[in-house]
Amino acid sequence: MGNAIEVIGLVKRFGKATALDGLDLTVRTGEVHAFLGPNGAGKTTTIRILLGLLRKDAGEVTLLGGDPWRDATALHGRLAYVPGDVTLWPSLTGGEIIDLLARLRGDTGELKRRNELIERFGLDPAKKANAYSKGNRQKVALIAALASDAELLVFDEPTSGLDPLMEAAFRDCVNDERRGGRTVLLSSHILAEAEALADRVTIIRAGRAVETGTLAEMRHLTRTTVDAELDGPAALGDLPGVHDAVLEGTRLRCEVDNAALNEVLRRLTATGVRTLTCRPPTLEELFLRHYADQGHDEERVRVTPAP
Amino acid sequence: MTTAPVRPAAGTAVPRRGGPLTGVGALTKLALRRDSFMLPIWLYVVIIGVASNAFAFAKLYKSASQRASLVASGDSNAALIFLYGRLNGNSVGALTAWRYGVWGALIAALMSIFLVVRHSRGDEEAGRLELIGSARVGRQAPLASAIAVAVLANVVLIVVLSLVLPPIGLPAVGSAALALAIGTCGLAFTAVAAVTAQLTAGARAARGLAIGVLGAAFLARAVGDAAGAGGPTWLTWVLPLGWTEMLRPFAGERWWVLALPLALFAAGSWLAFGLAARRDHGAGLFPDRPGRPAASAALRGPLALAVRLQWPSLAGWAAGFAITFAVSGAAGKGIVQLVGTSGALQKEFTRLGGQSAIVNAYLSSLMLLAGIVAAAYGVSAVLRLHAEEAAGRADPVLAGSVGRVRWGLSHLIVAVAGAAVLLVVAGLAAGLGYGLSVGGAGGETARMLGAGLAQLPAALVIIGIAALAVGAVPDACVALGWIAVGLAVLLNIFGQALQLSHWVLDISPFTHAPRLPGGAVGAESLVWLCVIGIGLCALGLAALRRRDIS
Repeated sequence: MGNAIEVIGLVKRFGKATALDGLDLTVRTGEVHAFLGPNGAGKTTTIRILLGLLRKDAGEVTLLGGDPWRDATALHGRLAYVPGDVTLWPSLTGGEIIDLLARLRGDTGELKRRNELIERFGLDPAKKANAYSKGNRQKVALIAALASDAELLVFDEPTSGLDPLMEAAFRDCVNDERRGGRTVLLSSHILAEAEALADRVTIIRAGRAVETGTLAEMRHLTRTTVDAELDGPAALGDLPGVHDAVLEGTRLRCEVDNAALNEVLRRLTATGVRTLTCRPPTLEELFLRHYADQGHDEERVRVTPAP
Repeated sequence: MTTAPVRPAAGTAVPRRGGPLTGVGALTKLALRRDSFMLPIWLYVVIIGVASNAFAFAKLYKSASQRASLVASGDSNAALIFLYGRLNGNSVGALTAWRYGVWGALIAALMSIFLVVRHSRGDEEAGRLELIGSARVGRQAPLASAIAVAVLANVVLIVVLSLVLPPIGLPAVGSAALALAIGTCGLAFTAVAAVTAQLTAGARAARGLAIGVLGAAFLARAVGDAAGAGGPTWLTWVLPLGWTEMLRPFAGERWWVLALPLALFAAGSWLAFGLAARRDHGAGLFPDRPGRPAASAALRGPLALAVRLQWPSLAGWAAGFAITFAVSGAAGKGIVQLVGTSGALQKEFTRLGGQSAIVNAYLSSLMLLAGIVAAAYGVSAVLRLHAEEAAGRADPVLAGSVGRVRWGLSHLIVAVAGAAVLLVVAGLAAGLGYGLSVGGAGGETARMLGAGLAQLPAALVIIGIAALAVGAVPDACVALGWIAVGLAVLLNIFGQALQLSHWVLDISPFTHAPRLPGGAVGAESLVWLCVIGIGLCALGLAALRRRDIS
């Protein structure tokens, strides 16, 4: 199978501000792809270009084999979208909006699945939208998207208003979709979400993809956290590839580049090891590293327009 | 607003805290600042309205005998009595109070309703009061500051009006009475709005309820005034707008009548504060009723959505059109007698209409007015596209299998069809009103229906300008749309009086619309207006296709 989304060198400017600066993004058909980045990195701008709401300034974008700007209407029949900040028509009820969105996509509207999802998310479909909380508005858009028969689901920070219980329900639904063979693009700054759901991850910063791959691949590129209780003090500070080493008596904590792991373990066993834990970094740590390390030397003059 | 701060009981260790009104001053200042644009316009409309009427009566009806014959005809025409009330004497002051007393009070009441609801329930619904309420602000402070702003506005109105009228030549005592009649009506509706703002959870519903009371007040006084001896004349006394007349400015003032609106203000405010203290933040006394759990079969596609979103407002406009033009049409019968008494007015009217027959001139200027107001409705309906986009509600529609043009067209169709509906209503209502008062309702109605619809092509051009603005310059589209309407008002309603040259007047599409009834119909100009209007709409849709959706 090919790629559901292929973006190469995408550039988008708003006046003098550059929102996207040569972004690359590939989402394979049938995978759950997490699109991670801090606020203002360009996630929403990218999604709005993919939806044909914004026009690109340069680069190539292919969505489900078509041009998202030119073929927007036809392509939209094959995808469903949940915006990050869901605003609804205040005078319509949640149930009406779910049905309306389905019909706007061209769905026949399968009632069984719709009602099942309404039950699963605990939504009252007879309430007017102006009475909904942010989380309930989010649920309306999520139910509309999940009930659809679209081959591609695009979620922009889908769980930002949901409580933990509903977040879990959302994760279950996405896992169901993966099994059902649907492609999912999920933008988020909630790392646990990506960790729990994503097959592959693209990290974006300041309008450019800084890293992409499976979590396994990305861990391969990064450091391992070593936590050891030793027989005696061991000095590791001089070794290349060892970072942030802290020695408290006989207890050592450090970050190690994977290439240096062999040498570190050799030294530790030479001193004598009582306990040892080595663990891959959490996504939080990965994330922090990318934005902390690269954030200093580059100037941060980026403006992302309000959606 | 003289509640003493609540003191903690002696011996408790509670730190010094504010009462329920802590923060009123700061909130009032904030509200005044947010209203620094609209508030002066409201005041200006009332003050200029009263002053210009006083000036016009003093100039057009110089002698007492001219005024006496005006009073005689004005007092025998039921439609005029319905619109303006009964005349109390024939002085310039009494005529001014007759012509603009009730209407000035109506505008002051509207101003007060908008101010109070906007700063109490409106802010609460938008969630702004939650932020404010978490600061050191008393529980009743937002409502108190909303009332304070309205009180301040009405006091300014009273002071300025009583100072402006005497130099025009009206007696100072009567001027003060008229100013007080108008201002205290504003105060009465300040309290009404403060109460309705506690009843509903939505600001729109609270405003609607208060305006409903205002409408009832207008009808009660209109029916009470128009009823002859033995009829329900007491109706004039029941609600605030009638009190404006009962004060009898310039005709032996009955000062005690002022106690009525002031008492209503006090009682209403007391009730509003009581209700506000008992209810939860964000809740109303009337809960939202549940709606349909699933969409009806009709709600499919963007056009159905646009109709669903816009029909309540269109229905309101249509009802307003029906009443206004039926009554104005019925007043046409009295126009002949009325104008006959003033040479200057006669000249004025023939100049406005351009036709010799005074009634035709009157009716055709009514239809011109209907055309411009229908265009204003159309502009507001087209600008809904921009409002939807700005609120982020365009995205879910456009992310569906809906093209830009189809989405743009949905609201554009509502705008044009809505304007057409309003013109049909205006024509039918004016025709019926006039026809029933002079006999021959059938013929008049058909004639006026055509006259109303003849304004549609010109309205289409104004709507097209707004559509082009929405497509091409979304940031400025609200301003551009309303400037187009404002220009039409300026050129076609005030243009002749301002003695603008023909070249300038020709800018407005309404200059090229036929003057019906009575005028000639130029098919060519109608076709051109249609072509230009449709062309502008098409350009707007094309521009909408090319730009970013914000």
